[in-house]
Amino acid sequence: MKKLGIPLLEFFNVNYSYHTISCETQTLKDISFKLNKNEFISFVGPSGCGKTTLLNLTAGLLPLSSGAIRINGKPREESDVNIGYMLQKDHLLEWRTIYRNLTLGLEIQKKKDASHIEMMEELLKTYGLWDFRNAYPRQLSGGMRQRAALIRTLALSPEILLLDEPFSALDYQTRLNVSNDIGSIIKEKGISTLLVTHDLAEAISMADKVIVLSKRPGTIKSIIPIEFGDNRRTPESARNAPEFNKYYNQIWEAIHDENEDFS
Amino acid sequence: MMKTKTSVKNAQTEYVRKIKRRQFLIRLYQILIFITFLFLWEYTAKHGIINDFIFCCPSKLFATFVSMLKDGSLLHHIGITLYETLIGFVIVILGSLGMATLFWWNQTLSKVLEPYLVILNALPKSALAPVLIVWLGANKTTIIVCACSVAIFGSILNLYTGFISVDADKIKLIKTLKGSRFQCLKLVVLPSNVPNIISIMKVNIGLCLVGVVIGEFLAAREGLGYLIIYGSQTFKMSNVLLSILILCVIAMLLYTLLQHIEKKLAEYF
Repeated sequence: MKKLGIPLLEFFNVNYSYHTISCETQTLKDISFKLNKNEFISFVGPSGCGKTTLLNLTAGLLPLSSGAIRINGKPREESDVNIGYMLQKDHLLEWRTIYRNLTLGLEIQKKKDASHIEMMEELLKTYGLWDFRNAYPRQLSGGMRQRAALIRTLALSPEILLLDEPFSALDYQTRLNVSNDIGSIIKEKGISTLLVTHDLAEAISMADKVIVLSKRPGTIKSIIPIEFGDNRRTPESARNAPEFNKYYNQIWEAIHDENEDFS
Repeated sequence: MMKTKTSVKNAQTEYVRKIKRRQFLIRLYQILIFITFLFLWEYTAKHGIINDFIFCCPSKLFATFVSMLKDGSLLHHIGITLYETLIGFVIVILGSLGMATLFWWNQTLSKVLEPYLVILNALPKSALAPVLIVWLGANKTTIIVCACSVAIFGSILNLYTGFISVDADKIKLIKTLKGSRFQCLKLVVLPSNVPNIISIMKVNIGLCLVGVVIGEFLAAREGLGYLIIYGSQTFKMSNVLLSILILCVIAMLLYTLLQHIEKKLAEYF
């Protein structure tokens, strides 16, 4: 039972530091934010500001130094919400066919039942990979591989999706197409998403909110809600909307300040 | 239009012809070198330029080969050596897979044992063979242990290096899919190391053969190594050289077999 009104994901004063023999380095400082159901939040900020760490913490791959993360109102460790994580590269396993790559998650979580398989095959058909299901990853283009990686993640029907610069390895043209595809799937399935990116245009075009992080240790500098007049927007229509430039400049300024401080 | 097409086609056939001709010549020269060598050997031995009692000659070698083949002793010795080599090889591969997995699982253990492995790997294993005879007796076990000792330490070190250099992001992928450590091993570490395992096998099949021959020198009453040491002590040089020749052929065949398997697998990795 989901309680109404509780955000799907909440960060409360989260700090994270890692240790080496010579020193302790703090990468995230006092991070608090909420991700509601169906919401899309983009994170932007200078390199090394702990953006990826933030996703790793959400996915439970790292222990918190202090603070708390609640998912659906429960502590992170106790939550049974499925979290999908898409990495920068597709990391398709070269020795498996596309089909067997896409069932990897189902195999690991022992969910290879008819309904999950059917859903996965549906996605394969929708995204034009059905004819390539018996091909090996090296036979696919960069865009197709990234779509395959997305289907692998979606096959587990995640409620929260973490995207770590998932388009950065693609060329510009493919990047626009794939981000459009992914943007529409996320909207259609109502998946709540955190996106980490260096590309401001990408951050704005997909998000409901953009959070700007400061340089290391990363703190939240500003939270900028993104609203376009058209509520049936796609990443593509957002890029052409009149408000787009206003947001772009606003975020650019926030990051630019940061670089001034830095020098 | 037609004209261009034909000329393109001609250029293609011309190119293929050139490549094929080159390959043919390479093979031809390889065979010529072998025949010339045999001929020179036979000729110099027959005309007293080299002493055929010490250096033997191809015709004597062939006569020995035929007579030993007829009385069945040659196949027996080859069989013994092959058997010991393959048993040793299987033990080395399974043993080093097991140890590398254990070390991957417990990297503290691997750090603790690493210097010992490095020392054992660098040690000339022929120095161990006499000790093994005293401990285990002059029998097949000693010879197989000898073969394993030559190959296993390097094999463990190489495999472990392969295991820990697996792309960390692929491991992360399995973890994001909520996979266990065992699933990381099964789904990523082992499959991505298949080419590495095959190349280690190619090295080790040769090393096991070396180990078996060392063992047979010291502790055997049968096998090609025994034939070599016995032949040299009784000045039956044709036995010695024949055995060496057969060892060459065995080494080549085993290597080719593994290369063939590698090619088959290369399509997938």
